[in-house]
Amino acid sequence: MSHILRIENLHVSVNDKPILRGVNLVIKFGETHALMGPNGSGKSTLGLAIAGHPNYQITEGSIWLDDANLTEMEADERSRAGIFMAFQRPVAIPGVKMADFLRHAATNVRQPDRKEGQDLIPMREFRKELKSKMEQLKMDPEFARRYVNDGFSGGEMKRAEILTMAMLSPKFSILDETDSGLDADAVRLASASIAEIGRDKMGLLIITHHDKLLEHNPPQFTHVMLGGRIVETGGAELARELHDQGYDRIRKAYPDAEAANQQMLAKEEPVAV
Amino acid sequence: MSTDTTTNEAIGEINKYDFRTESKAVFKARKGLDAQIVEQISEMKNEPAWMREFRLKSLDIFNSKPMPSWGGSIDVNFQDIYYYLKPTDKQGRTWEDVPQEIKDTFDKLGIPEAEKKFLAGVKAQFESEVVYGSLKEDLVQQGVIFTDTDTAVREHPDLLREYFGTIIPPNDNKFAALNSAVWSGGSFIYVPKGVKIEFPLQAYFRINAENMGQFERTLIIVDEGASIHYVEGCTAPMYSSESLHSAVVEIICKRGSRCRYTTIQNWANNIYNLVTKRAVAYADATMEWVDGNLGSKLTMKYPAVYMLEPGARGEILSIAFASGGQHQDAGAKLVHAAPHTTGQIISKSISKNGGRASYRGLVRVEKDARKSKSNVVCDALILDSKSQSDTYPYIEILDQDVSIGHEASVSRIGEEQLFYLMSRGLSEAEASTMIVNGFIEPLVKELPMEYAVEMNRLIQLQMEGSVG
Ligand SMILES: Nc1ncnc2c1ncn2[C@@H]1O[C@H](COP(=O)(O)OP(=O)(O)O)[C@@H](O)[C@H]1O
Ligand SMILES: [Mg+2]
Repeated sequence: MSHILRIENLHVSVNDKPILRGVNLVIKFGETHALMGPNGSGKSTLGLAIAGHPNYQITEGSIWLDDANLTEMEADERSRAGIFMAFQRPVAIPGVKMADFLRHAATNVRQPDRKEGQDLIPMREFRKELKSKMEQLKMDPEFARRYVNDGFSGGEMKRAEILTMAMLSPKFSILDETDSGLDADAVRLASASIAEIGRDKMGLLIITHHDKLLEHNPPQFTHVMLGGRIVETGGAELARELHDQGYDRIRKAYPDAEAANQQMLAKEEPVAV
Repeated sequence: MSTDTTTNEAIGEINKYDFRTESKAVFKARKGLDAQIVEQISEMKNEPAWMREFRLKSLDIFNSKPMPSWGGSIDVNFQDIYYYLKPTDKQGRTWEDVPQEIKDTFDKLGIPEAEKKFLAGVKAQFESEVVYGSLKEDLVQQGVIFTDTDTAVREHPDLLREYFGTIIPPNDNKFAALNSAVWSGGSFIYVPKGVKIEFPLQAYFRINAENMGQFERTLIIVDEGASIHYVEGCTAPMYSSESLHSAVVEIICKRGSRCRYTTIQNWANNIYNLVTKRAVAYADATMEWVDGNLGSKLTMKYPAVYMLEPGARGEILSIAFASGGQHQDAGAKLVHAAPHTTGQIISKSISKNGGRASYRGLVRVEKDARKSKSNVVCDALILDSKSQSDTYPYIEILDQDVSIGHEASVSRIGEEQLFYLMSRGLSEAEASTMIVNGFIEPLVKELPMEYAVEMNRLIQLQMEGSVG
C-alpha cells in the first residue's frame, strides 16, 4: 500500500482574515514530518484545514489524498477517507461515553459506506480491542466509561486523542502539540502507540515545539512555518536546531513572512469557532 | 443533513405510531360539552350520585374559570370535541378478550411483548376506556389493587372516595375542572403497607379517533413503607384537526413509602396536552416524577410534590423536546411544607426546527419549613437559530433557615462539538444525535434499561424525523 497526501498552494482564511498564504507540502505514507514555527504562524490552521473545519475557508489551492480531492469533502468524509487530527484543544461532549463515541467512530471509519442506523462493530469484538489498546496506553479501564474529554486533565485529553488515533488507524495523522501536557512517560507511551500502529503504515505530521516526541519519532523532514507559509524545509537536524536555538535565525532570514506573522498576531481577536 | 434512506427509515419509524385503527365504538357521545353530556357519561358508567354531583359541580367550575393567561396559546373549540367514546363493552383479562383491531393496535405498540418481558401489571386505555388489565398473581395475593378508576368507583368506593379529588380539587385550575367533569379511565392503584413492587406497573394511553378528548384520571395510594414504579406511555395518530388530552393524576405517599412515576409520551403534533399531576409526601416518603415530554402541539405540565412532613423528599426529572410546530411548556413544582424536607428539580429541554421549549418551575418553602433543602438545575439546548428556549423559575421562600440552589444554562449546539465528532467519521446527523443524547444522559440513566432504550429511540426519531 502506498498513499500520498498532497497540499498545493493552500490559502486559508478565517472570517475573511487570510492566515495561510500558499502552503505546499507532500507527505508520503510511512513518512514522518515535523512542522515547527513560532506561535500564531498557522500550524494549527493548516491541520484544521486538512481535517475540514467548516470555519477555515480554503480560498485557493487544494488538498489531495491520492486521487481524492479532500477540499470538496465534509470533515466526516475526510475522516472516513483516512485523515486524522489529534487536536491541540479537544472539545468536551458531556454525557457521551468514550466507549460509545469510539465504537461509532471506528465503525464509520472502517466501513466508509455505512449508513446511519446500520449495525456497529459487534460489542464484544469492540470491547476486546478497546481494552487491549487501553492497556498498551496504560489507561485505567474506567476511562472508557467517562464522558468524552469532559473534566479531563490536559494529559488525559492528549492520551484520549492518541487512543482515538489507535482505534481509527488512519492513513495520515496530524498531531497538534500532542506532547504538550504530557510528561516524559506519557510521551514514551504515546510514541509506543504510534509505533504499534506502525510508523510505516501511516503518514505523520507532528506539530511540536518540543523534541521529546521527535526523539522517539525522528522525522525525515522538518518544515518551518512563519506568517502562514512554509519558509524552510530540512531534515531531523533542523528540528534539533530550532529546538535548541529558537526562531531568531528564521525570523531574520524571512522578513516578509515575519512581517505577516506579526500582522496576524496584532490583529488577533478571538472569534468563536 | 441526512440521506434519503435515513429519512425514509425515520418516516417508517414514525408511522409506527401514526396509524389509525378502524374500530367501531360501542357508544359515542355526541360532540360538545354540557350538563347533558356529563350526565350521560355518568349514566353510562352507572355511577353513584356523589360522583355525578362531583362531575356537574366541576362542569360549573370549568365554565366559570377563564383560560390560563400564561403558558402556551390554547386554541381549542370545546364544543367540537368528543368527550366520551366507549370502544368496547368489557375489559379484557387476557389479550384474547380484547377486540381484534384494538389488540392489533397494542401489538403494534409492543405492549403485550413488554408485559411478558418485564412488567408486573398493565392497563391499556383506548379512547375513553381501559380495554385490558392485568396484574401479577403474587401482587394480587399481597393485596395490591391495580384497576381502572371506573371500576374502583364501584369496587373500592370507600378507599377511592377518601382521596379522590383531595390532592387536586376541581377548582385547582380550568383543566382539572374539565377532567373532573368528564373523566373516564385511568389507573387506580393501592399498594398496602410494606409491599414493595419490584417490577414496574405500566399504563398505556392511546387516542385513535379524530377530535377526541381523552380525560383519564389516576389515583395512586402508596401505604406506609411500600414502594412502586408506575410508567405511562401515550401516543396518537396524526390528524389534521386538534385533539385534547387532559389528565389528572393524584398520588399519596404515606410515611416511609416510595413512588416513582415515569411518563414517556410521544403525542402526535395535533394534541393539546394539558395535564395536572400532583403528589403529597408524608414523613420520610420519597416521590419522584420522571417526565419525558415529546410530541404534542402544546404541552402544559408541571408535576408537583408537596412535602408535608419532616424527612419527605421530592424529585422531579423533566425532559422536553420541542420540534417544529411544538411548544413544550413543562416544568415542576416543589412545595416544602415541613422542616427537613429535600427537593430537587432537574430539567433538560431541547428545541429544534422552530420548536419552543419553556421551563416553568416553582419552589416554595413555607414558613417554619426550616432546614429544608432544594436544588434546581435547568439546562436548555437549542439546535438551530429558528428554535427557542425560555426559563421561568419562580422561588418563594418564607423561611430563612433553608438552603436553595438554582442553576440554569442555555447552550446552542456547538459547531466545535459537531466538528469534533465529524472529524472522527460521524455524519452531521449522527453527531447531533450523539450530542443530544449526551445532553439528556444524566436523566436517561435514571430510567430502567427498557425505558432508557425507548427514550433514546424517540429522541433519535425526533432528530431524524421530518415531523413538524
Ligand atoms: N478561530 C480563529 N479565529 C480567529 N483567528 C484565528 C482562528 N484560528 C486561527 N486564528 C489566527 O490565525 C493565526 C494562526 O493561528 P494558529 O494556526 O493557531 O497558529 P499556531 O498553531 O501556529 O500557533 C493566528 O494569528 C490566530 O490568531
Ligand atoms: Mg497551534
